[in-house]
Amino acid sequence: MATTQLVVTEGQVSPDQRRVVNDLSIQVATVNGSGSQSSNLVLLRAIFQMGVPVSGKNLFPSNIAGLPTWFTIRASKYGYVGRRKEIDFLVAMNPETAEEDVASLEPGAACVYDEKLDLRRLRRDVAFYAVPFDKLVAPICPDPRLRKLVRNMIYVGVLAKLLGIEMEEIERALRRQFKRKVKAVDLNFKAVAAGYEFADQNLEKADRFYIERMNATAGKVLIEGNTAAALGCLFAGVTVVTWYPITPSSSLCETLIEYLKRYRTDPQTGQATFAVIQAEDEMAALGMAIGAGWAGARAMTSTSGPGISLMSEFVGLGYYAEIPAVIFDIQRVGPSTGLPTRTAQGDVLSNAFLSHGDTQHPLLFPSSPEECYTMAMEAFDLAEELQTPVLVMSDLDLGMNTWMSDRFAYPSRPLRRGKVLSAEELERRGGFLRYRDVDGDGIGYRTLPGTNHPAAGYFTRGSGHDERAIYSERPDVYVQNVDRLARKFETARKKVPAPVVEEAEGAEIGIIAYGTTHWAVVECLDQLRQEYHLPASYCRLRAYPFADAVWDFVARHQRLYVVEQNRDGQLCSLLKLDRRLADAAKLRSVRHYNGLPVDARSITDAIVAQEGLN
Amino acid sequence: MATTLPPPRKLNRIGLDQAAYKGNKTTLCAGCGHNAISERIIEAFYEMGVEPYRVAKMSGIGCSSKSPAYFLKSSHGFNAVHGRMPSVATGALVANRTLIMIGVSGDGDTASIGIGQFVHLMRRNLPIIYIIEDNGCYGLTKGQFSATADVGSKLKTGVVNELPSIDTCALAIELGATFVARSFSGDKKQLLALLQAAIAHRGTVMLDVISPCVTFNDHDGSTKSYSYVREHEEILEDVSFVPFFEDITVDYDPGTTTDIALHDGSHLLLKKLGVDYDPTSKAEALRVLTESHEKGEVLTGLFYVDTRRPHFIDLLHLVDEPLATLPESRVRPPQSVLDEVMEEHR
Repeated sequence: MATTQLVVTEGQVSPDQRRVVNDLSIQVATVNGSGSQSSNLVLLRAIFQMGVPVSGKNLFPSNIAGLPTWFTIRASKYGYVGRRKEIDFLVAMNPETAEEDVASLEPGAACVYDEKLDLRRLRRDVAFYAVPFDKLVAPICPDPRLRKLVRNMIYVGVLAKLLGIEMEEIERALRRQFKRKVKAVDLNFKAVAAGYEFADQNLEKADRFYIERMNATAGKVLIEGNTAAALGCLFAGVTVVTWYPITPSSSLCETLIEYLKRYRTDPQTGQATFAVIQAEDEMAALGMAIGAGWAGARAMTSTSGPGISLMSEFVGLGYYAEIPAVIFDIQRVGPSTGLPTRTAQGDVLSNAFLSHGDTQHPLLFPSSPEECYTMAMEAFDLAEELQTPVLVMSDLDLGMNTWMSDRFAYPSRPLRRGKVLSAEELERRGGFLRYRDVDGDGIGYRTLPGTNHPAAGYFTRGSGHDERAIYSERPDVYVQNVDRLARKFETARKKVPAPVVEEAEGAEIGIIAYGTTHWAVVECLDQLRQEYHLPASYCRLRAYPFADAVWDFVARHQRLYVVEQNRDGQLCSLLKLDRRLADAAKLRSVRHYNGLPVDARSITDAIVAQEGLN
Repeated sequence: MATTLPPPRKLNRIGLDQAAYKGNKTTLCAGCGHNAISERIIEAFYEMGVEPYRVAKMSGIGCSSKSPAYFLKSSHGFNAVHGRMPSVATGALVANRTLIMIGVSGDGDTASIGIGQFVHLMRRNLPIIYIIEDNGCYGLTKGQFSATADVGSKLKTGVVNELPSIDTCALAIELGATFVARSFSGDKKQLLALLQAAIAHRGTVMLDVISPCVTFNDHDGSTKSYSYVREHEEILEDVSFVPFFEDITVDYDPGTTTDIALHDGSHLLLKKLGVDYDPTSKAEALRVLTESHEKGEVLTGLFYVDTRRPHFIDLLHLVDEPLATLPESRVRPPQSVLDEVMEEHR
C-alpha cells in the first residue's frame, strides 16, 4: 500500500503555524456528473451539525457530465457566509484543472489530491496529502458503475480526519442526504470510513486548519434560495404556476410543484387547488400568468435573463393594462446566453423599465433565503394591490447555493388581494369605471371575468384607453392615464419593503448594496473598521422604487459607495435617475462582474482605493 | 290616430333578447367579412341562451382582433398582444374554469407571429372557440400577404405570392384540436350552425372563417375575394344544429346523415352531399383538405370532431370552483406544513 511522503517540512508550509479554527474555505475540484455534490453536501452538513456557521457555493459548468466543477465550503466562526477568494484547503480530483487549482492557493494552504496526479512537485509552501482513491474504493465497491460515485466519499473521510470533523455527524449527514436509501448510506459510509482510516494511518497533519464544535447553528436550517422562494409562493396561496425551464431558475418551479402536489391536493378527491403549466416558451409562460392574473388568480412565473428578454412584451402589457403577475428573475451572467451557470445582478436596470414606451416596475431584492420566502409573499400582495407585474430579483448564488438561515416564520398577515369588486359591491356602487382613480392612489378598481353583474364587464387592452377601458387615441386621455400610472408608482414607493439601515458612529461614508452582495458587504464593513479604522454606514436596499429612507441615508453621508455585481453600475445609475441630482453627485460605484459571487476583500480594496487610503 | 304597437320582443331561453348580445358599433370597413362573423356570433350566443357574464372574449392584434368589441358588450374582453392570445386565454381559463371562452384571431395573428402559441393551444385541447377571421392579408397595415395566402394569389399592387399557404385546419387536426371546421363569412346558415355546435363542444374548436378584406384583398387575382370564394366553394356536408333544450326529432334517411352528439346534449347533423365522409377520422380529414387544395377549391364544413378526448382543464384535475376566487383557507397551508418543511431542512 502506498504511503504518502510528506515533502513539506516545518517552515516551508507557512510562516504562521498557529492553529486556525473554524475559519477556512474548502474547495473541492471535480468533474461534473461524478456525484461529488453528495459528498460536498455531506461535508457541509456535518460542519453545520457541529454548530459551525457554514455556506456552500457550487461553481458548475453549463453541461451534464465531464466538465470541471468546483464546490466551495466556507466555515466561519464569525458567521461570514459570503464567498472568500482565498482557498485554504483544496481537494484536487480533476486532472484537467489540478495544476491551476494548486497554483491559485495561498501559501500555507493544504491540498488533498488523487495520488496519480502527483501534485506535490508543484509547490513547496503547501501541505500536500496524496490519497490513492482508486485503490481505496475498489474493495468497498465491486460494482464499477457505482465506483465513480462512491469514490468521492473517500475525501469526506480524509477531510474528517485531517480537519477534525466528527464521524458521528458525517454519518448523520449521510443519512439525511440519502434519506431512506439504507444501502446507499451503508456503501457511502464505508467509503468515508476507508478515507478516514487511510488518513489516520498514513497522513501526518501538516496544515493548521481545524473544525471544532461550537454552538452557532442551533435552530437554523440549510436551504437554497429557490426552495425558499417556492415555499413563499406556497404560503402566498399561489394558484397558477406557468414556467419554462431555464438555469438557474428551474429548481424554483420544480420545488414548488413538489410542495403543491404534497400540500395542495385534496387527499380524498385528488383535486388540486393549483394549476401548473409548462409553457412552450417564456412569452407564453408570462402570457398565461397575465391571463390568470386578469381572471383573478395568484399567478407566477420564474425565469432568468434570456427569458426576461422574451417576457418584456407581456410585462409592458401588464403595466399598461394593469394586471398583476409575479415574476422571479434568478439572474445569471449576460448578455445573451452569457454564462448560464454563473451569478450576476445584471438585469436590474433593464427590468426597472422593461418593455417599450414609458414603463416602470416594482423590483424586490431578496438577499437571503428568508427574504426569498417573505418577499415571494410580499410580491403577490403588491402585484394584486398595485395591479401590475412585480419582479423578484434573486440570483444564481442565492437561488441555487446552500445557505444557513433562521427558520421561517409563519405569515402573520392575511393575503392582500387588492381592489376587486364583487357583484354585490358593484350593485351597491351602481357600476364602476375600470381606470378611474377613485382613491387618489393611482389604483382603480377591477372586476373579474365571470362576475354575475351586467356592469361587471370591461374590455382589457394594451392599446390606448380611457377610464372606462374604451379605446382612445385622444392626447388628453393618454396623458391623464399615463400620469395616473406614474402616481401609482409613487404609491408603490410607499408600499415596497423599506431599506435596512445601519448607521456607524462617526461614519462619513455609506455603503449601498442589495441582494446577495449583502453578505460580502457585512464582512467588508468589519474589514474597513478593523484594518483601516474606517467606519462606514450601510443601507441595504430591498426594493425599487426607492423609499424616501434611501435618500435620507444618502443625505446623511459625504460619499456613498454603491456596490453591485454588474459591469455598468446599474443600480447606481437607477439611483441617479431616480430623483435628486444634488445627492446623486455623491454616489460612487463599486462593481464586481466576473461571474463569481462577490467577496468582501474585493469591495474593501475598491473602497480603500477610492478613499485614497492605500 | 292610429297607434302601432312595437312588435313583441323575442326572448331566448334565459329571457334575454338579442340586444343583450350586441357589442359596440364596428369600426371596421363597410362590407368587411369580420362584421358578418360578429353578427353570427351574436346570434349563436343568443340562440344558445348563454349568460353573457360567463363569456370571456379574447383576441390578439389586427382587424380581426378588434372585433370582440363588437359583440357581447357586457362580457369581459381581452385584446392581448400580437399572436399571443392563446397563452392569455389559457391562463384565464385555468384561473376560472367556469368561463366560456371565445378567441378571435386573424390569419397573420395566427399563422405568422402567433404560430407557436397556436400550435400549443391546439395541442392542449383547451376548451375554447378559436376563430380565425381569415382574409389572407394584413388589413390593418394596408394589405401585405399573410401566411394563409394561396400560391399565385395577387395583391392589388401586382405582387404575386409564391410561398405555399399554411392550412390552419390541417394543422389543427394534426395537432390535436377536437372540433375543426372551415366556413365562409358569407354563408350565414353554415356559420351559425357551426358556431352553435362550437358553444356546445368542450375542447378546442378551431374555426377558420374565410372573411374577405373588402379594402385590400377583394380584387381579381385574389383567392380570398368574395367572388373567388363564391365561385370555388365546395361544401363538404350540409350542417344543421339541434340544441339540447329543443325537443326536436329530426327524421333522416339512414345513410344520408351523420349525427354528432355534443357534450351538452346538442346534436350536429351532417347531411351527405354526394360523397361519404367520416368526420371522426383524422386521415380522412387531411385527405379531403389536401385534395380540395390541389383542385383549387375552397372546402368548407366540419372536417374533424372528437368528443372523447379529455380537454386541458380535465387533465389538470382542478377543484370544481374557480382557482381565482378560492378563499385563503384553501390556498395557504397551515403552520404545521411550514414546521414540517423546516424540519426537513434542519
